[in-house]
Amino acid sequence: MVLKVMSANQAIAEAVKLANPNVIPVYPITPQTTISEYLAKFVADGDIKAEYIRVESEHSAISACLGASGTGVRVFTATSSQGLALMHEIIFAAAGLRAPIVMADANRALSAPLSIWNDQQDSISERDSGWMQIYAENGQEALDSILISYRVSEDKKVLLPSMVCIDGFILTHTVEPVDVPGKEDVDKFLPLYKPDHAYLDPKRPMSIGTFTDPNYYMEARHDMEVALEGAKKVITKANSEFAEIFGRKYDFVEKYRSDDADIILVAMGSICSSIKDVVDELRDKGEKVGLVRVRVFRPFPTDEIYEAIKGASKIGVLDKNVSFSIGGVLHNEIKAKMDVDAYGFIVGLGGRDIKPEHIKEIIEKTKNPTTQSQWIGLNKEDI
Amino acid sequence: MVSVGAAVKEPGSTRKNKTGSWRTFKPILDKEKCIECENCIMFCPEGCINNDYDIDYDYCKGCGICEEECPVKAIKMERE
Amino acid sequence: MIEVRFHGRGGQGAVTAAEILAKAAFEDGKYCQAFPFFGVERRGAPVMAFTRIDDKPIRRRYQVYNPDYVVVLDDGLLEVVDVFSGLKNEGKIIINTTNGVETTEGADIHKVDATGIALDILGVPIVNTILLGAFAAVTDAVSIESIVKIIKETFSGEIGEKNAKAAKLAYEAAKEG
Repeated sequence: MVLKVMSANQAIAEAVKLANPNVIPVYPITPQTTISEYLAKFVADGDIKAEYIRVESEHSAISACLGASGTGVRVFTATSSQGLALMHEIIFAAAGLRAPIVMADANRALSAPLSIWNDQQDSISERDSGWMQIYAENGQEALDSILISYRVSEDKKVLLPSMVCIDGFILTHTVEPVDVPGKEDVDKFLPLYKPDHAYLDPKRPMSIGTFTDPNYYMEARHDMEVALEGAKKVITKANSEFAEIFGRKYDFVEKYRSDDADIILVAMGSICSSIKDVVDELRDKGEKVGLVRVRVFRPFPTDEIYEAIKGASKIGVLDKNVSFSIGGVLHNEIKAKMDVDAYGFIVGLGGRDIKPEHIKEIIEKTKNPTTQSQWIGLNKEDI
Repeated sequence: MVSVGAAVKEPGSTRKNKTGSWRTFKPILDKEKCIECENCIMFCPEGCINNDYDIDYDYCKGCGICEEECPVKAIKMERE
Repeated sequence: MIEVRFHGRGGQGAVTAAEILAKAAFEDGKYCQAFPFFGVERRGAPVMAFTRIDDKPIRRRYQVYNPDYVVVLDDGLLEVVDVFSGLKNEGKIIINTTNGVETTEGADIHKVDATGIALDILGVPIVNTILLGAFAAVTDAVSIESIVKIIKETFSGEIGEKNAKAAKLAYEAAKEG
């Protein structure tokens, strides 16, 4: 293992180089931009043998991905925030057409007010599309998740696109040590993509993107539900094979000092690193606190989350998103699927820094709850 | 209190953000040499030179375009 | 854990400085992390960047509020930003300036004419590598050898050589104090 110091954006580009897609349509947007720059360089230098398409918008980027994927080749794109929102129409089409596209989303707040900084509203707002979603905690996981996503998305039992979500700036622009795996190992884990369902062959013509009347639509959508639910088995197998080859074990959720915890925080993405430091600090003082990090958000790992949190007396769920008038999305999904005493905390919107004192405040408010859902870190004088 | 939709309702309030401190170099105009051709006035991207050829150092960012465009080299960039 | 905060302006290289410091510390055998905080994305606007260095992997991802060291790339920032904010009692601050620096407390201030060195050697007022040379002299956080190595890796060819030379010059000047 050779560690190199790099940003999560560079780690993602390195992963894409290893996966070697054939078509890369990408449109730059802060804080994703350096991904598109690294990929442009790799293609120009001949390190990736791919068609790099300089599209005129994100809608075109994902449209080109879908068209290319329809011919049966591996594709990659990346975006953020407003770019993902502009893709929205084709995001649903990509899942419905069962195109195993892999995309990186540099998580950034949605306008208005306009903000370039981090939260997870952009990808959370695409949760109903049929895409798989992974939230990475660090640069290493960003890289690894791209490889795992191709493996799962392209599995014939799944054939659904994947979104690898990395917190804008907090990961995209943070340099830290990352292990870039060797090409031979990656080829063992991720074989060449040879689909049966998609091809470009004049002797076997087909139409994709067809119109369905009410006799067919529901079945097509039901197939997606079955495929996404079935993806769980494929993810489990991919995770264990990944661990065998690369020595890093991923799961749907990560449990951190949560087994005997009385209070458990649940969160996604880079904030979990800071929470772990706070958990260690409070454990040293004898407090039984722990963290459960949700890594795979779609398919939603109900059983795994429930197993991890059911032993706690109270649970605090952190959301870097809000569904107005109902609260954080992860909190509400946990409440909807599990009989647990969970409280929701909206944090870090539009790049508001989440400090250790905020995490401690959340733990205190979980212990002594006054309301189901609340916002943490607001400037009191501005409310 | 953030206004509704975070709207800014004070016209010209960007003038509160004085950008003069961004400079490393400061343009100095020698009015004896100046032939009043208006090049610097037109090329200054910040509109920092008025019709009397006075430079507004509160907002001049020190980009040096005026020095570049002056046909008689009447403007010299000097370190702050 | 050593925590460093850089204050600069867009285009001066504060973010690159934080990254070079992190990579140099990694070269020295430490774990590292570096990240920026941008205000508005334009040349000249105030920016901050942070570096953390430790003997074990670094997890926390919030900004640095209690730095061991502060590096200021532009003394004009002293008027608009509290660069001393949260500086630890034993902390040090390295400032690119030729002027006097006012401070309320007895902070350990190290002044470097980085702009002068930059104009002499590089021909442009980009001061980040020079301040890293001074940083290596003033603190024990990183070796000058690693700083020079990473500078040459970051900037190829003649630019790398010139920046390395400028950093070494600042290192020696600061060592002589």
